[in-house]
Amino acid sequence: MSYHSPTSVDQAVELLASRDDARPMSGGTDLLVQMRSGRLKPGAIVDIKGIDRAVGSRAQDGGFVIGAATPCTELLDDAALCAAWPGVVEAANLIGSVQVRNRATIGGNLCNASPAADSVPALIAAGARAVVAGPQGERIVAVEDLLAGPGWTTLGKGEFVLEFILPVREPGSADAYLRSIPRTEMDIAVVGAGINLSCDASGTITAARVALGAVAPTALLVPDAGAALIGSKLDEAALTAMGEAAKAACRPIDDKRGTIDYRIAMSAVYARRAAVIAYNRSRETL
Amino acid sequence: MTKQDQIATTEHRIVGTRPVRPDGADKVTGKAVYGADFYLPGMLRGAILRSPHAHARIVSIDTRKAEALAGVKAVATNADFPRVEMDEIDAGEAGINVDRAAQMCLARDKVFYEGQPVVAVAATSPEIATAALDLIEVRYEVLPHVIEIADAMRSDAPVLHDDLDAKGPSNIAARLDSSTGDAEAALATADVVATGRYTTQAVHQGYIEPQACVASVSGDGQAQLWCSSQGAFMVRSVVAAITGMNLADLRVTPLEIGGGFGGKTTVYLEPVATILSKKSGRPVKMVLSRDEVFRSTGPGPGAEIDIRLGATKDGILTAAIVDMRYQVGAFPGAGAGAGVMHALGGYRIEHKRVTGCDVVSNMPSTHAYRAPSAPQAEFAVECAIDDIARQLGMDPIALREKNAVRAGDTSFSGTPHGQIAFMETLAAAKGHDHYSAPLGPNQGRGIAAGWWVNHGGESTAMISIAEDGTAVVATGNPDIGGSRASMAMMAAEVLQIPMVKVRPIVADTASIGFSMLTGGSRTTFATGKAVSEAAAEVVEILKARAAMIWGVDASRVEWRDGEAHCLADGRDEAPLGIKEIASKASKTGGPISVEKSVYPHDAMPTYAVHICDVELDPETGHVGVTRYTAIQDVGRAVHPSYVEGQAQGGAVQGIGWALNEAYTFNKEGRVDNAGFLDYRMPVASDLPMIDTLLVEIPHPTHPFGVKGVGEVPIVPPLAAVANAVSAAAGMRMFDLPMTPARIHAALNAAG
Repeated sequence: MSYHSPTSVDQAVELLASRDDARPMSGGTDLLVQMRSGRLKPGAIVDIKGIDRAVGSRAQDGGFVIGAATPCTELLDDAALCAAWPGVVEAANLIGSVQVRNRATIGGNLCNASPAADSVPALIAAGARAVVAGPQGERIVAVEDLLAGPGWTTLGKGEFVLEFILPVREPGSADAYLRSIPRTEMDIAVVGAGINLSCDASGTITAARVALGAVAPTALLVPDAGAALIGSKLDEAALTAMGEAAKAACRPIDDKRGTIDYRIAMSAVYARRAAVIAYNRSRETL
Repeated sequence: MTKQDQIATTEHRIVGTRPVRPDGADKVTGKAVYGADFYLPGMLRGAILRSPHAHARIVSIDTRKAEALAGVKAVATNADFPRVEMDEIDAGEAGINVDRAAQMCLARDKVFYEGQPVVAVAATSPEIATAALDLIEVRYEVLPHVIEIADAMRSDAPVLHDDLDAKGPSNIAARLDSSTGDAEAALATADVVATGRYTTQAVHQGYIEPQACVASVSGDGQAQLWCSSQGAFMVRSVVAAITGMNLADLRVTPLEIGGGFGGKTTVYLEPVATILSKKSGRPVKMVLSRDEVFRSTGPGPGAEIDIRLGATKDGILTAAIVDMRYQVGAFPGAGAGAGVMHALGGYRIEHKRVTGCDVVSNMPSTHAYRAPSAPQAEFAVECAIDDIARQLGMDPIALREKNAVRAGDTSFSGTPHGQIAFMETLAAAKGHDHYSAPLGPNQGRGIAAGWWVNHGGESTAMISIAEDGTAVVATGNPDIGGSRASMAMMAAEVLQIPMVKVRPIVADTASIGFSMLTGGSRTTFATGKAVSEAAAEVVEILKARAAMIWGVDASRVEWRDGEAHCLADGRDEAPLGIKEIASKASKTGGPISVEKSVYPHDAMPTYAVHICDVELDPETGHVGVTRYTAIQDVGRAVHPSYVEGQAQGGAVQGIGWALNEAYTFNKEGRVDNAGFLDYRMPVASDLPMIDTLLVEIPHPTHPFGVKGVGEVPIVPPLAAVANAVSAAAGMRMFDLPMTPARIHAALNAAG
């Protein structure tokens, strides 16, 4: 096995495209563990942390750009990002432990493609887009379109996620992410719910996106759930309708982390709770 | 907002204080040498090929390709062990069956659980050893498997062993029956009866240090082992029996131990490393991974318990029928025995019948886990008592006080109880401010009591006084819970010298007399007795030496404040300190050293009462423990911080058992959660600080009043948490673990 630490996007793409068993690495908190357990035996590791654009967060065109290899804890240091996208930052900072998050990244969390990845529903709800670098240059893809199934993305040979773009934030907008775990930390989501919404000066919701994790082979964007909130002031009827839409979208499995029934029931509970948090946050920005 | 309180009764200079532990600096700076930290020159690394099947017959094993791999120095199978026919040796709390222990090291004809070792390899590097495993060809005839108790007891269940059940081939390994009076008739006339079927799952001890050892066998047959265990003498006994060695030829040196909780009162690796070393002529190191620990070392058993408990309207328990089935795993292990003993042993009940059986199935063979088998049995009983209290509208502690055993009552062994302290412990719980603190919405409070028998056992201690008057205290008991601190404190107390002048060590099997393993909550009690008696003899020697220096009769010397004082008439001698006497030892008779072996049989049971508050999230089924107090009868707390630590640790393990911990198996019978991510022990943020209240009613015949304290605190939490959750939910919860999904389902079913 060889280890590479390219400093340019082109070098990284060339290395990744040069062999089928090359794997990009950012924090390595999934990759290295899978290698040690024998599940993965990559022939080459391409560490993208040496690429300037892959690390750090910055304001850009009124929104934000987050390097895909930025450690989750580093996001907490970007006050403007935390104010604009608290749900994305809190989701990224639920992964593993503090020590893990000092290495772990949202790029790795997305590309590891666990259906239960915490940052992914938050990114989807946020309308985040990924900048994918590859042999044909760069392309911009909605996060939800990168997910193919458990452990699988739609990335092609030689491609890797370089950056995330978070949209321009209007006043009256906020997001939130909550997850169900049996313990209080150091766990994997049984259900995750990300909500991003905007409301007008009267408190009426004008836009909403709802995304769920751990209830299907990939994290899900649930347009019906978002639509149920629009036009409401987050009254009980809207929350109930959103919860029902969330439950209807679930296609979970029974496994050691949760049952089908429990996951479906919790999708509504956690989506409701996250919606309340996002709504209250959005009102504070007005 | 936490409290660690004591109700103390006796005063000493050092015993009862909280000095820095002698093993602390090395542990917090990473210098302590644990099992995996030991290296020898030329050492090989061992690896184990394990069964992928839950139940299969081994048809053939072909190791030729592995043996041909460059760097491979030895390959071993069960055929390398001399065959021992079902020989039971006295090496643990319950004895160890040598043949079965050998099969848990390397399988013979059949594999009985996924992860059972089949072939071991020693090679010049871990990578080569692992690569060699891939070259071994084992052909299996896969057999139907069975995991759950009820399934394993069915008449058409696959039978693991043909020779367990006297009634004909079945998976029932032992049937126990303990009856007094006519329980059925008494139940029929009881004013109130609580009934239930309670279940618990197999739970792992979860020690943070995986098993590890280095074995080195010499050409002349002498051998050494360095390993982490709860008893170097236990390791010596089992390894010598499995590998066919003389005990004196095997020297076992205990390394620092990173937790055991009963799980390290047997061996899994040491016989394998020894055989590999013997075959290769090189030292061999073996270290288990966490995955291997979960799949192949003994968890505590799951259990299914039916109980009917009857009482009068005044709250006198009159009748109980308890039937218990323990899920002991692939071989008979830690089963119903202690459960039958403990189930009703805390209460006066005139008519009772307790039956139990051990059920084998295709999961790792169970082993001792802190108060082995008592938590399951007492869980059912303490929940039923809670139900009786609710039916009668009676305070649950008052109900227990009406029925608690006390001094003079007949114990399970048939002899009358001595000055046991269950009543005092209940009274302390009832008076604790936690018990009357207000509860918030969705909160519930549960209390439960528990008891554990405690062991005595053989112990040896040696105290040597160095030329400068400092003392080395050696024992044969691995320090798993602060025993070096307590041994040094007891020695310093008797010698009347500062604790920093006493250095405690754990000696190897060739350097001190036999000591039973560290288990059964026996070490501070029994080994502490050996240390105290050895120290007392040292004092006598010191007095005799002072008498010799002064030329007076030894009876005219008093040992006070760590100095000899001359009481002889007309003599005005300055006192002689231990340093002055020791420095003259070569002129007064030579080395000052005492080795003392003891075998006390007067260990006393201890009692604990836990108060648990929980808050239930009715929408999600999540339970948060909001306040927890462990009240415990401890005899005398030699080092109260470590006694409190035992109470806190036991409570935490019990809370984990109650709320989230369980083995899960997939359809093929393979462990589905062999890691700390999905085997959910509590993390720090799951818990409040566990408050403690130590009730000190000294053991009347122990030099320092010590009673065993390490095991009883894991007994009450299962029921304390279950009673609290049941109170918050408004319905009885019968099944552990009470996961969010399970509570959510129960609440929904109840509407």
